[in-house]
Amino acid sequence: MKPAVIVFPASNCDRDVAVALEHVTGACPTMVWHQETSLPDTDFIVLPGGFSYGDYLRSGAMAARSPIMTAVIEKAKAGTPVIGICNGFQILTETGLLPGALLRNAGLNFVCRSVTLRVENDQSLFTRAYKKGDYATFPVANHDGNYFADEETLNQIEGEGRVAFRYVDNPNGSARDIAGLLNEAGNVLGLMPHPERVTSPLLGGSDGTVFFKGVAEALG
Amino acid sequence: MKAKITITLKNGVLDPQGKAIEGALAGLGFDGVSEVRQGKVIELELSETNQTVGRAILEEMCEKLLANPVMESYSIEVMG
Repeated sequence: MKPAVIVFPASNCDRDVAVALEHVTGACPTMVWHQETSLPDTDFIVLPGGFSYGDYLRSGAMAARSPIMTAVIEKAKAGTPVIGICNGFQILTETGLLPGALLRNAGLNFVCRSVTLRVENDQSLFTRAYKKGDYATFPVANHDGNYFADEETLNQIEGEGRVAFRYVDNPNGSARDIAGLLNEAGNVLGLMPHPERVTSPLLGGSDGTVFFKGVAEALG
Repeated sequence: MKAKITITLKNGVLDPQGKAIEGALAGLGFDGVSEVRQGKVIELELSETNQTVGRAILEEMCEKLLANPVMESYSIEVMG
């Protein structure tokens, strides 16, 4: 596994995810600054959580148009696995790699707590470690986590089995309780909760270990 | 030319901030207020002097960056 973590100004989970990946998989990720225009040799691209560009204009809007993203979009379209966690999910929707948008939480509050997710699709390379109906507990920490898409898009997503994870107890008003969403080809995952924050019992849980181990195994 | 772009959430998209403002206005005794929508305004100056060309550039800016057509609608006002 050759992971690359994209670092934007005000990303704040870039080091967390790098540490988690190395801890779980043994692979040390390459950190790639957003001003770069090309990617290193990589088979797994991470758009980390945080508040890239201070959430100016819209969450993820500026990051989605930063120089490195041209290369990320190209790689994603060519089939390289890409995961966007939290702000990374927002960036993925802003690039159009995933449909819909993440709106302000329905309750208006910043929500920061552990949530239980149900695995809905156990066929994707991100979720092969699970069986459909399994549960995973990851923390959420967001203000704009309320997934929105029009009914037609939602029906299409559901019909194609692209909901990877659903909230058991929806914390933010997300349409159809969507917490994790795949693209059509299945190589891009947007995930609002943070698996990288639970890769050691010392940090409050190890469900994230299962997740990243599964990805590493799927990548071979 | 100067331009002012107003961006709001599309009709049908839940606007919890608008709802909260509506509730606060009611709390202050302003009766009969409904359909509060919060948005943003972006003002800018363009060196382009041709109004038609300028408007087309502004449209492109809105589509590519300033608004997210998935959830937002925008209106452009050219102020001369």
